[in-house]
Amino acid sequence: MARAVSTRRKIATTAVAWAIGLLIFFPIYWTILTSFKTEAQAINNPPLFFNFDWTLENYTIVQERSDYMRFLWNSVIIAGGSTFLGILVAVPAAWSMAFVPSRRTKDILLWMLSTKMLPAVGVLYPISLIFVQFNLLDTRIGLTLVIMLINLPIIVWMLYTYFREIPVDILEAARMDGAGLREEILYVLTPMAIPGIASTVLLNVILAWNEAFWTLNLTAATAAPLTAFIASYSSPEGLFYAKLSAASTMAIAPILILGWFSQKQLVRGLTFGAVK
Amino acid sequence: MGRITLDKVGKSFGEVEVIPPLDLTIEDGEFVVFVGPSGCGKSTLLRLIAGLEDVTGGEIRIDGKDATSVPPAKRGLAMVFQSYALYPHMSVRKNIAFPLRMAKMSAAEQDRRVKAAAEVLNLTDYLDRRPGQLSGGQRQRVAIGRAIVREPAAFLFDEPLSNLDAALRVGMRLEISELHNRLKTTMIYVTHDQVEAMTMADKIVVLRAGHIEQVGSPLELYRAPRNLFVAGFIGSPKMNLIGAEIAARHDATTIGIRPEHLAVSGESGALHGRVGVSEHLGSDTFFHVTCDGVADPVTVRVGGEVDLHYGDTVWLTPDPDHLHRFDHEGLRIA
Repeated sequence: MARAVSTRRKIATTAVAWAIGLLIFFPIYWTILTSFKTEAQAINNPPLFFNFDWTLENYTIVQERSDYMRFLWNSVIIAGGSTFLGILVAVPAAWSMAFVPSRRTKDILLWMLSTKMLPAVGVLYPISLIFVQFNLLDTRIGLTLVIMLINLPIIVWMLYTYFREIPVDILEAARMDGAGLREEILYVLTPMAIPGIASTVLLNVILAWNEAFWTLNLTAATAAPLTAFIASYSSPEGLFYAKLSAASTMAIAPILILGWFSQKQLVRGLTFGAVK
Repeated sequence: MGRITLDKVGKSFGEVEVIPPLDLTIEDGEFVVFVGPSGCGKSTLLRLIAGLEDVTGGEIRIDGKDATSVPPAKRGLAMVFQSYALYPHMSVRKNIAFPLRMAKMSAAEQDRRVKAAAEVLNLTDYLDRRPGQLSGGQRQRVAIGRAIVREPAAFLFDEPLSNLDAALRVGMRLEISELHNRLKTTMIYVTHDQVEAMTMADKIVVLRAGHIEQVGSPLELYRAPRNLFVAGFIGSPKMNLIGAEIAARHDATTIGIRPEHLAVSGESGALHGRVGVSEHLGSDTFFHVTCDGVADPVTVRVGGEVDLHYGDTVWLTPDPDHLHRFDHEGLRIA
């Protein structure tokens, strides 16, 4: 039975939702706005909302001073590559956990997730040493691997919850129809899990794109992604707010656009398959 | 060919023995029905034959070859699931062709076989639809189509009709029987519905708690149930089971009389009782009669329309040729 919702209540809910939405969006909005101001206007008190001289000067300077495209390309390779590798490893792992669970499957899942609770800086030293040892410092391949490993627990968890929703009968039918393990995963499980895999991919591209700790610590120049690009404009002294904002806007634009067009999948991804 | 032999096959889940070791032979071309109440192990037994579950002990042979540790994909059996288990992302055509694709059959041959199967099952107009766009009965046909294209050694049906409504169920029951007559391939069919078992089977295997209670043709089970369980399970409405003094008169602990083997008289007979609720089906009428000295109401079948009313006094007499006698262990006395 549909619950009757009063108009007043609807208005209240809508107002609260908009308020929260605007509050969350405000920093992004302010960053974008600041990127079109001059440095002096950027730190003006009281803050300027619309009554300033719109300028593209910051973007020109930022592009002149550093090569945006190179950072962007690094970000694309690292975020895309780590997600792709992660999916490749996680699909079979999640398959086995979802469809042939053992007594310890639940424990393993929790243990995997618990690695995400570890402060990243705790393993900075050993990872740095490994990177030095294998000549991986400031390489795209090294960063891709690290970020893939960092996000792997999330990927496995997400895929696991999606796979659990797939009726096991259908996989058994595939087995009866003569499919081996490879065919079962390739032709039956994966196509059926495409929506789930898509939201997993999206969320992990975003996580990898925004990852700053490892990218800042393990890269210098050649493999530096957009996070490093932004960081290079963050200076304790001097007037760099407008330029920093321009760099930030450029760095988040691709992911913002991607997120905008895939809201539905993202919501499913973020709720770990709880919303059907 | 599809002769399936189970040799001391058993299954345990951890400590729990679901199926104690049992022997069973299913002849080539036979239509065998596993029937029993829910939880009797009939589906598990089917899944052991399919290879979807591993046996705990014993040997399964298909056409004389040991198949115990052969994976399901290589056993050459086809299965129809209760939930149909169609591939939702594939068209009907691709669903039916899937086993052929897995067998790496040529595209032309795949096409030919899918068309032939679709024709048999009246699915030709639906080949390009997705399972989600089909009705329950059509989905069931697709599932059967996917099973027949590969020409398997045997078909396994796991309660295939229980998700269909009553009218459709009767129709599909006939279609499956028809299919069996046409293909002459071994079929193993699991159901909890004894009507399906009686109407379709060449051979019925009655299971209870993982044990085989009796194996036989539908009429053998109907005429000579081996024990009280089979007597009560096979036949609709149920056989009347009467104990105490009345049974003692026949030198038995319990006697069984089917509703159709009781004569009704207004004047005299073996059991005296009062007519209770009656069910008129047109061709038959079932009366539930409360008899003196009998705990449960006795069901009586009377052909056509009979002038008996609620509260009337009647006499019932069992047909001595169709009286089943059981001893204190519930076993049939010959």
